Amino acid sequence: MSTGHVLMGLLANADRHGYDLKHEHDARFPASRPLAFGQVYAALERLGKKGFVGATEVENADGPNRTVYRLTDEGRRELDDWLRRTEEPSPFVANPFAVKTTLALLAADRDTAIDFMDRQRATHLERMRELTRRKLDPDSSLSNVLAADFALAHLDADVRWLESALERITHLEQEVQP
Amino acid sequence: MNQAPSPNLADPAPSPHDALQTQDGRASAPLLTVRSAVYSYGSELALQGANLQLAPGEILAVTGPSGSGKSTLMLVAAGVLAPTAGQVIFNGRVISDDSEGERSRLRRTEFGVLFQFGQLVPELTAGENVALPLLLDGAKRQQARAAAGLWLERFGVADLIDVRPPDMSGGQSQRVAAARAMVTEPSVLFADEPTGALDTMSGEAVMREIVRVAREAGTGVMLITHDAKVAAYGDREVLVRDGTTNELSINLRNGDDR
Ligand SMILES: Nc1ncnc2c1ncn2[C@@H]1O[C@H](COP(=O)(O)OP(=O)(O)O)[C@@H](O)[C@H]1O
Ligand SMILES: [Mg+2]
Repeated sequence: MSTGHVLMGLLANADRHGYDLKHEHDARFPASRPLAFGQVYAALERLGKKGFVGATEVENADGPNRTVYRLTDEGRRELDDWLRRTEEPSPFVANPFAVKTTLALLAADRDTAIDFMDRQRATHLERMRELTRRKLDPDSSLSNVLAADFALAHLDADVRWLESALERITHLEQEVQP
Repeated sequence: MNQAPSPNLADPAPSPHDALQTQDGRASAPLLTVRSAVYSYGSELALQGANLQLAPGEILAVTGPSGSGKSTLMLVAAGVLAPTAGQVIFNGRVISDDSEGERSRLRRTEFGVLFQFGQLVPELTAGENVALPLLLDGAKRQQARAAAGLWLERFGVADLIDVRPPDMSGGQSQRVAAARAMVTEPSVLFADEPTGALDTMSGEAVMREIVRVAREAGTGVMLITHDAKVAAYGDREVLVRDGTTNELSINLRNGDDR
């Protein structure tokens, strides 16, 4: 998922300043890391070189001229192509809980591992309650609800893993014992 | 720590007047307490010392793996099953020693129950199904029908009043069943996997309605679920494992976990 493609998507319906692009990105994708201005301008420059984006100087009465960016026909074709391409599922999802659980069994004992997992579950549930409250808020925007759904699904996957790991822990303990 | 006391087996059992914290941080006496409850089905020990406290208007999620004793705990808390040992205290009064007749009367007036499959009477319309608990309790037909219409409306299914269960979707049946569970305006709603048979989106819609209506009515909810996403609708969670309860209260804002 390149920043360039995301910016092209945001340019699809209206021409914009770099400044507006950064703010629209951050508002629409609250769960993503906010874009730095430098990142936005560097990406726009790369897109310009490829001919995907065009730039027009606009006079500004209150200060220096500003640049307005627009999607070119070639850029539109690339965007359509990108929208139809699937993303690669990451084959190795980092699981810090498995690492900690295994180390708790190795370096401490079964009760320490179980206590860690129980507390991790409670911490996850606390976050899930917060996300659910956000979803129930009638003022939540669609992008907020979609972001909350995504976060909830991932936290739920962690919780399910924790539950199955708890059931397996006796076997796990035998495996990691030297 | 400003969380409810953890009903640990090793600790002395909580007294019915132990203060609980509600969502807004005010202390209040628990509405319903299960203390050291034991229950066995013949030789099958399903509960071995379970503890639970529900504050007025609180939504409490009871979670745990399949077979851990969640449904049994709910039936004991709701006075359907009398515990082999331990106590159930409602509004400061021990109800587990009451006769079946007394508990049955309490269930009709103070408790509402909702199961995974709504258990509506298929021959009756939605309106008749929802009016039923009031009629059984001696209400006049007119009055019962008006109340049924009101509760169907609160659950967003007023237009189903003359529809029979076989002509409803799963989500519609659960909303009607929820209206029937709430029509007596109970102080506690017991919901056992209320969305367990529904797909994600209709399950979500039903949970949204249950939470909204319970909050508006000030009804406490004991929400039984094995699903963490459903448990996240609650204010608090109690875990059941092998017939015992374990309450984990982690307060992130106090930096408890940092
Ligand atoms: N009517 C019954 N007769 C005999 N055993 C039962 C009955 N109902 C539940 N059990 C047993 O009691 C235990 C707890 O069951 P239950 O309360 O239904 O758990 P959960 O709701 O968490 O799945 C299980 O071992 C189950 O097999
Ligand atoms: Mg059950």
